Amino acid sequence: MAIEVSSPDAEQVTEAIRVSVPEAGLRQDLRAVNIVWRRELIRFRNDRLRMVTSLVQPILFLFVLGTGLGSLAGHGLPHGIDFKTFIYPGVLAMSVLFTAIFAAASIVWDREFGFLREMLVAPVSRSALVIGKCLGGATVATFQGLVILALAGVAHVPYDLGLFLTVIGELLLLSFTLTAFGVMMAGRIKQMQAFMALTQMLVMPLFFLSGALYPLNGLPAWLSVLTRLDPLTYIVSPMRHAVFSHLNIPPQALHQIAPGVTWNGWEVPVGLSLGMVALMGAVLLGIAIVEFRRTE
Amino acid sequence: MTEPVVLVHDLVKRYGEVEAVRGISFEVQPGETFGFLGPNGAGKSTTIKILCTLAEPTKGSARVAGFDVVKQRDMVRRNIGLVFQDTTLDSYLTGEQNLRFHADLYGVPRAQLQPRMRQVLDMVGLWDRRQAEVATYSGGMKRRLEIARGLLHAPRVLFLDEPTVGLDPQTRSSIWEYINDLKQREDITIFLTTHYMDEAENCDRIGIIDHGKIVAIDTPENLKASVGTDRVQISTANDEAAIKEIKDTFGLDAAMHEGMVTFNVEEGEHFVPRLFAELKQQIRSVSVARPSLDDVFMSYTGKTIRDAEATVGDRNRAHMMAFRRGR
Repeated sequence: MAIEVSSPDAEQVTEAIRVSVPEAGLRQDLRAVNIVWRRELIRFRNDRLRMVTSLVQPILFLFVLGTGLGSLAGHGLPHGIDFKTFIYPGVLAMSVLFTAIFAAASIVWDREFGFLREMLVAPVSRSALVIGKCLGGATVATFQGLVILALAGVAHVPYDLGLFLTVIGELLLLSFTLTAFGVMMAGRIKQMQAFMALTQMLVMPLFFLSGALYPLNGLPAWLSVLTRLDPLTYIVSPMRHAVFSHLNIPPQALHQIAPGVTWNGWEVPVGLSLGMVALMGAVLLGIAIVEFRRTE
Repeated sequence: MTEPVVLVHDLVKRYGEVEAVRGISFEVQPGETFGFLGPNGAGKSTTIKILCTLAEPTKGSARVAGFDVVKQRDMVRRNIGLVFQDTTLDSYLTGEQNLRFHADLYGVPRAQLQPRMRQVLDMVGLWDRRQAEVATYSGGMKRRLEIARGLLHAPRVLFLDEPTVGLDPQTRSSIWEYINDLKQREDITIFLTTHYMDEAENCDRIGIIDHGKIVAIDTPENLKASVGTDRVQISTANDEAAIKEIKDTFGLDAAMHEGMVTFNVEEGEHFVPRLFAELKQQIRSVSVARPSLDDVFMSYTGKTIRDAEATVGDRNRAHMMAFRRGR
């Protein structure tokens, strides 16, 4: 490689620019959160392939599974409700699932390619780095959800501002919690293959048990218990509730297809359901922070 | 005298049974370029990790820029720049984005960021390439970008851990031009490790480290002078006769090396005229070489740096085997 001569006016800048680095503090940490978050967005914007590939699965589910199974499963639904409409909230949840986990997986990459070290040797708190990462994952994943949200009309769901805002809020909560879960795993698992294998192994059952593709009532006891243990259930159910309450269907039919989560016959309120997911996100985030304090 | 910018006292680092650093003490003065020279596995990287707060010492203490590396970790971090052996850049971001990321993590004031970024990028000749993704950079450019990034927050000490390892010789020398240039421009102390003898020559002072201990510490000139003798190589019409004659006439032990009659003698230049005057064998060519740091390393450790690396490898392997058997 040739030795390049620096640009001509470089010589004029012989006096070093005085840089005074301030004391550590909340402002510093917020700036760190911000840049870690922004890096996720920049990388996501540059990675169009990832954007497309992570949308393939939910779109497949919505169009192919939704249409194909519709003729069969549709008979169980109240008159006038398309199977596509029924699985739409579940597909929304699915659309953020993989992107959120993938955002967390980037920590494993960062470790492999050394960039994690650049972050870990910086004079900022580990919590700032972890929170920035989780916010980044949540934002990027919610963007994915927006694409599916834009397809609402295909599933005969109205374009309603109130509905969209509710769903976006719920998607943010879901993707933040999922990213926190992924970051926690990334704190322990250092190899990419192991990370991907393990998260796939956990995420698919979580998705299938969440009732994203079937109603939660009338299930055999074992499955009923498992669905109630799956944290995803408590976010999919409020999303379904939000979507279906904006459809023009009679209350009885609504109860049939969006029964809500019940504990021994008691229906868990939407607020409590969301609160539980938020609490879990906070706990996972806490564990992730503790784990990253321990590394190096 | 000003306070040393790096102050290490009786530092020990143990990894399980292996003692990587075995009680070293030294100081580095502000503005100095200080080099750790030693074979792979001698304890250089471990020491640098402790100084950069990436590892905690088992025993002893170290202060960098006036702060304790264990008790005042964040203050140390704020005052040091780091360039590691392996790249720590995000290759999906541009050079500029990498620097901005760093600036935000280190809290470089926004008003100073743009001029400072220009300055450090100019210094390593990458201003024109700042908008390109790092993935498109060559190995040498990446290393230069890391040096620029390490300087961005105006640290008091810049740590370079094997800054040119894995680069081709031409790129290596260009990296050194940039490092020497930045010494002129920035008020900074440089602490580096290397196992290349020729690179150690760029340092103001060198610590020679072997088996976790500092065996010698001085300027390159003094270290070389301490070896004392120059190496003289001659070729003659009859080498064997010449070797015998040198022994008989001057009392020096000569031997064949690289096809030449080779021997060590004090003040080689002054000896050569005597050699011509008194040696009966016809001399065809002559060369006198000052001792290199290779000779220095040899004289302190009794082996060349290459030999040392081979034995370290053996030792580690032997240890691994013992470890496996032990389980």
